[in-house]
Amino acid sequence: MTTLQRKEVNPIAHLSPEDIEQLGRELDAIRDEVLAVRGEKDARHIRRMIAVQRRLELGSRAVLLFSVFPPAWVLGTIGLSISKILENMEIGHNILHGQYDFMRDPKIHSTTWEWDSASPAEQWKHSHNELHHKYTNVVGRDNDLGYGIMRVDEQQKWAPAHLGQPFYNFVNACFFEYGIAAYDLELGRNLRTRKRRNNPEFRARARQVLHKIRRQVTRDYVVHPALALPVGFAVGNPLGALFGTMAANFVANLARNLWSHSVIMCGHFPNGVETFERTSITGETRGEWYLRQMLGSANISGSKLMHIMTGNLSHQIEHHLFPDLPASRYAEVAPKVRALFERYQLKYVTGPLVFQVASAWAKVFRLALPNRKPAREIDHSIPPRHPAEVAA
Amino acid sequence: MPVNQTLRNGAWRVVELITTPVVPADYLDVIAPLRNPTVLRARIEAVRPETADAVTLELRPGRGWEPHQPGQYVRLGVDVDGVRLWRAYSVTSAAGRRDGRFTVTVNAVQDGAVSGHLLRHARKGMLVHLDLPAGDFVLTSPRPAKALFVTAGSGITPVMGMLRSALPELGDVIVVHSAKTPEDVVFGAELRELAAQGRIRLIERHTRADGRLKPAALADLVPDLFERETWACGPGDMLDDLQEHWADAGAAERLHVERFRPTVLVAGDGGTVTFEKSGQVVDVAAGATVLDAAEAAGRLMRSGCRMGICFKCVLPMREGIVRDVRDGKLTTATEVDGDNVLIQTCISTAAGPCRLDA
Repeated sequence: MTTLQRKEVNPIAHLSPEDIEQLGRELDAIRDEVLAVRGEKDARHIRRMIAVQRRLELGSRAVLLFSVFPPAWVLGTIGLSISKILENMEIGHNILHGQYDFMRDPKIHSTTWEWDSASPAEQWKHSHNELHHKYTNVVGRDNDLGYGIMRVDEQQKWAPAHLGQPFYNFVNACFFEYGIAAYDLELGRNLRTRKRRNNPEFRARARQVLHKIRRQVTRDYVVHPALALPVGFAVGNPLGALFGTMAANFVANLARNLWSHSVIMCGHFPNGVETFERTSITGETRGEWYLRQMLGSANISGSKLMHIMTGNLSHQIEHHLFPDLPASRYAEVAPKVRALFERYQLKYVTGPLVFQVASAWAKVFRLALPNRKPAREIDHSIPPRHPAEVAA
Repeated sequence: MPVNQTLRNGAWRVVELITTPVVPADYLDVIAPLRNPTVLRARIEAVRPETADAVTLELRPGRGWEPHQPGQYVRLGVDVDGVRLWRAYSVTSAAGRRDGRFTVTVNAVQDGAVSGHLLRHARKGMLVHLDLPAGDFVLTSPRPAKALFVTAGSGITPVMGMLRSALPELGDVIVVHSAKTPEDVVFGAELRELAAQGRIRLIERHTRADGRLKPAALADLVPDLFERETWACGPGDMLDDLQEHWADAGAAERLHVERFRPTVLVAGDGGTVTFEKSGQVVDVAAGATVLDAAEAAGRLMRSGCRMGICFKCVLPMREGIVRDVRDGKLTTATEVDGDNVLIQTCISTAAGPCRLDA
């Protein structure tokens, strides 16, 4: 993709500033409809998710005490993988968005929740909620575009290092939680100069991350394997129990990382998603912000189970429009949002997971090489900022 | 035993490692919510209607509960349509029950979110959140020889707790209770039974027929009024009248009052926001956000997206009313209910005076 402002055919040329504001009002109305019914049902949903996940985790961990037996290993590993995915996606991500703050439950609240991911909730909320959700797909402002290691837009400058980006992306997928932690720490930028490396604030945040990683690694690769030892000794295969449980945890973490990486790649990288010039968001109105979210996100189609396993990020468009509404409501508003896309003649990017992942990967490969033709000049008249305002 | 203690601490640290990043109690919550010592909860064991608009809940408190003194209240946190709201209710059961249970009696309040919810939806098995018992509306020690209780409406609830706990220790007891009609008297049957047995002297006043009781009339009903240690609970203006009357007689120290203060917050446009920790007061004009107004007044505020999506700017509101500038939704907090509602300052404007715990 190339930024909207440099496209040959402007996909929003048909919208007047009034149209865009009207679009914003209609989206506000959809939001109000959800707010009016938000309550008991949503509280029940998140509590049930938490209960299911914790029981599944305890159950899988219990089964893994017998990991010397292959069927137990398989069952426990599958359960643990699913539990870790639920914990990160439908539970952690959504609670940390403040979607359930309305419940006034101090335990299920964006200010107190902590998740099973290397990045501490506080740091992730800053880079994700505050930066990515506000500056979605603005080249140079939204670091989610390639996470600082890849080039996913023609307007990002090519360097020879990008030749290796399919490989980086694969490694990042396998160790995604650490990738996110490094990203939230802005590791690349902060390690570059001695001054930044020694910045006490950066060091404090880095210590926080390391502390968290240490605890999680100890849990997954020391404590739980050690707990499997008694059964291992009983059947005369303690090493099998120890390494078997370690492997089970590794596979579960890997599965969770690959899954969440794939889902997240589908959010903003597939074909048809628009990006924006840095200058295009100065003085952006609410309607224009909404429009940018609509054009900058892509959905994944699928079943209800699929939506839950992706933490409803399969409704990335709805999520970006209403990041603070309970995610389980996205499926409900999706038809209304889609109708708006049609009425305003905008492209609702969606597709099955496999297609969307392939599309995102294709882009990672394609943009590993430099652009074939030089970029067009920025057309400053293209919204989200409208000509009238640019002139003013 | 220091060695024992060290071992136990070590073992606990391992358990904490198993459950990281959450704490072991969070897993306990899923299995046995009443066993969690860090979050006090109670299970509703029985629901008994008292009158058409009052219901008694028998509660079995979980770990961490401490027994109450007769007359004290307990705050209940009830999830009403998914939102946890806290209200204070007097304990109505006798203190020191063997089974560790206690009761509260909920009276319908007009437009009351929590009382209405409990009246309609309270069922055996439901969980509520709890605070430890509190309040200094309690019987004096040593017990007075002569006691008077002046109550109206739901004001009978703490007094019922006292009577059930300590009636044998009290010598001469008079209860003056006002209610709209005889049927509206909460615990009517029990009070009348006590009166029939001669254990209390009960004076019922039915205000729909007889009008409100004035302190002056009280003197006619209870001649030795000021010789009695008196406990009064009921509507604010009744208590005001009584306090004035007792003060005029120079007997203020013999009168103990308990006020149920339903704080009524009326939504307006704009208001003053007080930052309690620093004492700074900021005027927030209608439509302006708390964040913008506070920054304009030179206050350093935590903020993020400034559009209501990142939740970085939240501050606890002790009391007050704010309006979401995006959709007009109101959020209220009242001190008596012990609220400390986190509000997003970047999209909230004051809809009345507010006090923030910041």
